[in-house]
Amino acid sequence: MKEDEIKKTLFQLLKKIAPETEPSELQDDDNIRETLNIDSFDALQFIVVLDDKLGIEIPERDYGKTTTLKLLLSYIKNAIEKQKS
Amino acid sequence: MIEFKMPSLGADMEDGTLIEWKKKPGDTVKRGDIIAEVETQKGLIEIEIFDEGIIDKFLIQEGTKVPVGAVMALLQPSGVSLETKKEKEPAPLQPTEEKTIKSTPISTAETRKIKVSPLARRIAEENHINLESVAGTGPDGAITKENVDHEIAKIEKIEPEKINAPAVAIRSAIAAAMSKSNSEIPHYYLEKKIDFTKALAWLQEANSQRSIKKRLLPVVLLIKATARSLSDFPDLNAIWENGLQQKKDINIGFVVSLTTGGIIVPAIHHTNLKSVDEIMETLNDIIPRARAFKLRSSELTDSTITLTSVGENGADVVYGIIYPPQVAIVGFGTISEQPFAEKGMLGIRSVVKATLAGDHRATDGLIGSRFLAAINNYLQNPDSL
Repeated sequence: MKEDEIKKTLFQLLKKIAPETEPSELQDDDNIRETLNIDSFDALQFIVVLDDKLGIEIPERDYGKTTTLKLLLSYIKNAIEKQKS
Repeated sequence: MIEFKMPSLGADMEDGTLIEWKKKPGDTVKRGDIIAEVETQKGLIEIEIFDEGIIDKFLIQEGTKVPVGAVMALLQPSGVSLETKKEKEPAPLQPTEEKTIKSTPISTAETRKIKVSPLARRIAEENHINLESVAGTGPDGAITKENVDHEIAKIEKIEPEKINAPAVAIRSAIAAAMSKSNSEIPHYYLEKKIDFTKALAWLQEANSQRSIKKRLLPVVLLIKATARSLSDFPDLNAIWENGLQQKKDINIGFVVSLTTGGIIVPAIHHTNLKSVDEIMETLNDIIPRARAFKLRSSELTDSTITLTSVGENGADVVYGIIYPPQVAIVGFGTISEQPFAEKGMLGIRSVVKATLAGDHRATDGLIGSRFLAAINNYLQNPDSL
């Protein structure tokens, strides 16, 4: 899966969680939750759909490594590569 | 004959619009069945029935606005045959209003004095335009079709506000309830700093053994500890109506923020009897439904106390306003790392500040203070939750 495809999927999933926002306008270093006004309940729902859609299970201790779009993308790419190997 | 009436879904509710009957005459219903869907300020609510029997007759048509307390349907109690009924039935209620949008009635007596072209009059009547408010620019100041069209365009410009109608309705419901509370309830406020470190460690361990879908949020522990403490201090799980009335069930109303602004407070039924996992399951169910304005009537009416939690990265402390006729509201601020002194040692701990706003007619600060201390004690022993 290419970075563009992952990004597109992320935007789709975020739009589902926060329908009144425009996730595609997120900048690389924006804090996702703060920018899109996502509370802890919706953040957990996002982790759930991420697992459903991409098969990536983010453990609680790694939440801090996925706060911005850049960090989240890099985390997902790494996870996909690990799955391959 | 049992009468099914329009329920009150809050101190501020005066009426609701029947959208759909979910049963039909002849159907057998039992306690908890959804009998109707009603549009209220708090969205489309599924109305439950609290009697058992066979639906005999609907007295209200779908689409009708019905005042609280009006009889909407008649039921035969269980065990009574439909054929043997010979009881007096109340006359069916006439619809009070077909639409919620009020139109200004056009008085023919008054319009007679106004010069208006026949075409303009017809268009005005079709669009519920009061001709008295239209300035005429035709011969002798007569109102023309253009004048009426202009008036309609002015009203349509205001229309976009209606897109925001649920948010406006919620705002006015909150305004009514909070104003009533502030003018009638003498509040007292207490605050307790709670070391949340053990609870968070317990949660992290518990979540590491759960699938993603079963993960728990910290607020679940706060809800459970509050429910346990309410069992110890029943005067706070009560309403004030001609004096203090303790409630048998502990149904914590959980404040849900709406993405469009405003809040809705669905009840977590029998919170004290639920495990932390069951409380999380309930949140997974009611939060999305609250945000979609799809709650059940019992979820809007059965709360015996309210709990509000600020969540992450928010204010440190929240002081609530009691939702009448309840007598208390518990607040939890953001969980954050703070310097914390204990047994002569200073350390950094995860801390949450718990507050209680109590109705001073119902309880005193001593009870409230012990209640907050109890919440603290439960949170220091998360295994016991």
